Amino acid sequence: MTTVTTTAIRTAEQYCTFWVAGLFFGVAVDEVQEVLRRQPMTPVPRADRAVTGLINLRGQIVTAVDLRVRLGLPDREGDELPMNVIVRSRGEVVSLLVDDIGDVIDTAGVDPQPAPSTMPRAVQDVVRGVRPLPESILLVLDADRAVDVSTTPDTTGGNP
Amino acid sequence: MDDDAEIIAEFLVESHENLDQLDRDLVELEQQPDSRERLSSIFRTIHTIKGTSGFLAFNRLEQLTHVGETLLSRLRDGEVVMTPPIAEGLLSMVDTVRALLDGIERTGRDTDPAVDVAPVVAVIEGLLAADSVTEEPDVSPAAPAATEPAPPVAPEPEPAPVAVEPEPVAVEPAPTPEPAPEPAPTPAPTADEPWDGVERRVAVDASVRVDVDLLDDLVDLVGELVLTRNQLLQRSLGSADAELVRASQRLDLVASELQESIMKTRMQPIGQVWSKMPRVVRDLSHQLGREVELVMEGHETELDRSLLEAVKDPLTHLVRNSLDHGIEPPDVRRAAGKDPKGTLTLRAYHESGQVVVEIADDGKGIDPATIGAVAVERGVVTRDQLARMDGRDVLGLIFRPGFSTAAAVSNISGRGVGMDVVRTNIERIGGSVDVASEPGRGTTTRVRIPLTLAIIPALVVGEGGERYAIPQANLVELVRIEGDDLRRQVEDLAGAPVLRLRGKLLPLVSLAETLGGTAAADEALTVVVLQSDDVRFGLCVSEVHDTQEIVVKPIGRQLKALTMYAGATIMGDGRVALILDVAGIAGTIGVAATQQEAADGRAVATDDRTALLVLEVADGRRAALPLAAVARLEEFGRDRVERSGTSEVVQYRDGILPLVRLASAIGLPDTSDQGEQISVVVHETSTAGGAVGIVIDKVLDVVEVTVSSSEVGRRTGVTGSAIVQDRVTDLVDLEAVVARSGVPA
Repeated sequence: MTTVTTTAIRTAEQYCTFWVAGLFFGVAVDEVQEVLRRQPMTPVPRADRAVTGLINLRGQIVTAVDLRVRLGLPDREGDELPMNVIVRSRGEVVSLLVDDIGDVIDTAGVDPQPAPSTMPRAVQDVVRGVRPLPESILLVLDADRAVDVSTTPDTTGGNP
Repeated sequence: MDDDAEIIAEFLVESHENLDQLDRDLVELEQQPDSRERLSSIFRTIHTIKGTSGFLAFNRLEQLTHVGETLLSRLRDGEVVMTPPIAEGLLSMVDTVRALLDGIERTGRDTDPAVDVAPVVAVIEGLLAADSVTEEPDVSPAAPAATEPAPPVAPEPEPAPVAVEPEPVAVEPAPTPEPAPEPAPTPAPTADEPWDGVERRVAVDASVRVDVDLLDDLVDLVGELVLTRNQLLQRSLGSADAELVRASQRLDLVASELQESIMKTRMQPIGQVWSKMPRVVRDLSHQLGREVELVMEGHETELDRSLLEAVKDPLTHLVRNSLDHGIEPPDVRRAAGKDPKGTLTLRAYHESGQVVVEIADDGKGIDPATIGAVAVERGVVTRDQLARMDGRDVLGLIFRPGFSTAAAVSNISGRGVGMDVVRTNIERIGGSVDVASEPGRGTTTRVRIPLTLAIIPALVVGEGGERYAIPQANLVELVRIEGDDLRRQVEDLAGAPVLRLRGKLLPLVSLAETLGGTAAADEALTVVVLQSDDVRFGLCVSEVHDTQEIVVKPIGRQLKALTMYAGATIMGDGRVALILDVAGIAGTIGVAATQQEAADGRAVATDDRTALLVLEVADGRRAALPLAAVARLEEFGRDRVERSGTSEVVQYRDGILPLVRLASAIGLPDTSDQGEQISVVVHETSTAGGAVGIVIDKVLDVVEVTVSSSEVGRRTGVTGSAIVQDRVTDLVDLEAVVARSGVPA
C-alpha cells in the first residue's frame, strides 16, 4: 500500500497549507498567488452555491469559491470569517475560502500516497493524494478541480 | 535556444504584417500590372522572408519563397508580363507561406506535413518555364540566403525614408504604422531596388512595439488608480488641509489625463481589419463572376483593439453578402443600364461617440415584398404582423433567426450563418446594425460600434442591497408609477404583469425575482424600460442610483453559464458590481420578440395623449416639456458651471453643454441656484451631436395627458398653458428656449 505511486501525483514538495472543517489541506506553492484576510464580497445571485461572490483584487475581479460548500462539508459558523487563498488556475485567478491558514511546509522525504477511498466522494474528487506527516495528514488539493464548480445555473425560484 | 525562439517570434510577427501588405499589393498589381512600385514592394517582402528563413534553416519556406522571388524579379524587370495565372500562382504562394508560418508558430518548425509546398513550387516553376526564360543558376533550394538572385543593379546606398509616397489609388490605405520590411538578421543586401527612395512606407522610428498584455495591465492599473483617486478626493473634500486638497486636485487631473492616454494606446485604425478586404473581394468576385471595385474611406478611424477583433467576422460577412446578393453579374447590370462594374464602398467615421461603419453597394437592392414573402413562408412572421410593418421594419426581418435570403444556398453566404449572427455579434459588443435599401439602386448596411468596450456608460440600480449596472445602450426610459396609476396601468395577465405604457403593453420583469429573490410589494414601481434585439421589456428595480462610466471587467469561468451577467465592474467605493446582460435576462425569463409584437398589435394607433415632463421653476411655478424632447436628466454641482462668452456651460460627456435657465427664458425670476446641485434637462437638438441643458428647479413628475392648451399666459418662451394634474402649467416653447442658448434648434 505504501509504495503505490501514481503518475497523477506531482513531485512538488512545498505546500501552502490551510484548514477546512478540520481537514488539513495543501496547495503546491507555485499555484498560490497570495493569501488574504476576508475581503468585501459581492454575491452573485443564481450562481452555484459554492460561489460565495466576487472580490476586487487590485482591480481584477476574482471569483471566491467556498471550499466547505465545494467539498460538501458543513457551513462555517456565523462568526467565523474565512480567509482567501488566491490560486492561479488555467489562466484565471480564483479565491478559495478556507477556515484558517497554516505554514508553508516542505514535505521532502514523505512519499505521496493515493487518497483513501473511504473519504467522501466530493473530497476525493479534488484531492490529488495525501502525504502523511508526523503530526497530521496533508491532503494535497488539486486547485484546478477545486475551482471547477458546476456551471449549471440555479434556476429555482423562477419567474413568469 | 531561447535566442532562437525570440528571433523566430520576431520573424513571425514581422512576416504576418508583411503578408497582409502583400495581399493588398498583389490585388492592386492585377489592376495595374505595370506598377513597378507594387512589384518591388512585393519583391522586398518575399525577399525578406526568404532571407530570414534561410538563416533560421526553414528549408521548405526558403524553397518556396525562392521560386516566388525569382518569378517576382522577372516581373519587376519586365521580362515576364503579369497574367491572371501568374497572379493566381503568386497568391497561392502567399497562402502557402502563411500556412507554413502558422505551422512554425505552432511547432517551431516548417515541416508541417499538412502544408505541401511542392505543387505550388511546381506551378511557379511551370510559369517560369512557360515564359521560356533560361533557368537562373541559383534555382537550387539549397542556395544560401545571402546569394543575390536579382539581376545585378548598381548598388545604391539606401536613402533614408524621405517623403511619404503620393498615394496613387483611393483603395490603398494610408501608411499604417507598421515597420517597413526590414533587412532580416541575414546580411541580405537590399541594394537591388533602385526605386527605393521614393516608395518606402513610412518607417516609424517614433513608434515601439508593445505587448498587448502590457497594455491590458496598464488599463487595469489606471482603473485602479482612478478608484483610489476617487476615494482620496472624497476624503480631501472635507479636509481643512489646503495642501492636501491642492495635491489631490492635481492628482485628479493627472489621473484623468493618464486614463485618456492609456485608452488611446489601445486604439487601432479600422484599416487593420480592412486590409484583408481587397483580397476577399478579389477572390469572391472572381468566383462569382462579378466585377467589383472596392472603395474604402476612413480607414484611419480608430477603435479599441478588442472591438476590432470582434467586428472582423461580421464585417467580412456583410461584404460577402453584398457581393453575393447585392451586386449583380456584369450582363445583368449592363441590361439594367448600370456600369457593368459594381462598386462596394466601405466607409468608417466617428459619430456621436460611436464608430459607424457603412457597407454600401450599388447592386440590385432588397425588395421589401420579396423579404416579406420569404419571411411569411419561413414562419418568421405571420401575414398579419407583416401587414402592420413599414418598409424599414420589413427590411429588419433579414436579421431574424431562421431567415436567409439566398434563393440557392451558395458556399459564400447563406450557409446558415445569416444576418442574425452578424447582428448578435455586433450587439454583443454593444453595437447595432441596420440596413437601408433602394430596390435597383443598392443597399447600405450601417454598423454602429462603441468606441471602446472597456469603458461604457451605464445606469446603476439597486436590488437586495447590491448594485447592478445596466449598459446605457439598452436603456430606453425610466418610468415611475405610484398610487392610483399603479392599479390603473399595471395589470396581471395570467400571472404575467404588464404595464400600459403610452397605449402599448410592456411585459414587466422583476429584477428581484430574476435574481432568485422575491419582489417586495410596494406602493410605487420603478420600471427601467430596456431594449435588446426586438425585445422590449420593463425591469422593475428597487432603487435607481445614477448613471456613470464603468470599466467593464470579465468574470470567471465559474459564472460563464449565467447569461444574465455581461461582466462586472468596480464601483467608486472599491466594491464589485455585476453588469446585467439585457439580452441574457430576456432569454432567461423567456420574454420573446413575439410577445412584443403582440403588444404592438394591440396598440392603439391613434393616441392623442402626450407625455409631459412636469417641472418646477421660479419657486413653485409649474412648467411642462414634451417628454419626447428630453434626452436625459442630469444634476451638476454648481461649481461645475463655467462661462463661455456670455453663456453658461458645463463639461459633459467629452463636450460642452450650453445651459439655459428656464425661469429666465420664460420671464420668471430664476431660483434654480439654491442648492449645491443644479437640475438640468438635456435636450438633444436636431443637429447631430448638438445638445442644450435646460436648468430647472426640479422635476416634479412625468404625466400623460390629453393637452387642451389655452392661449392664457402666452409669452416669449411659453406657447400657452394647460391644466396638468389640476394645476395650471406653462407649456414651454422649446424652440424659443433653445434659441436663447445660441445653438441651432
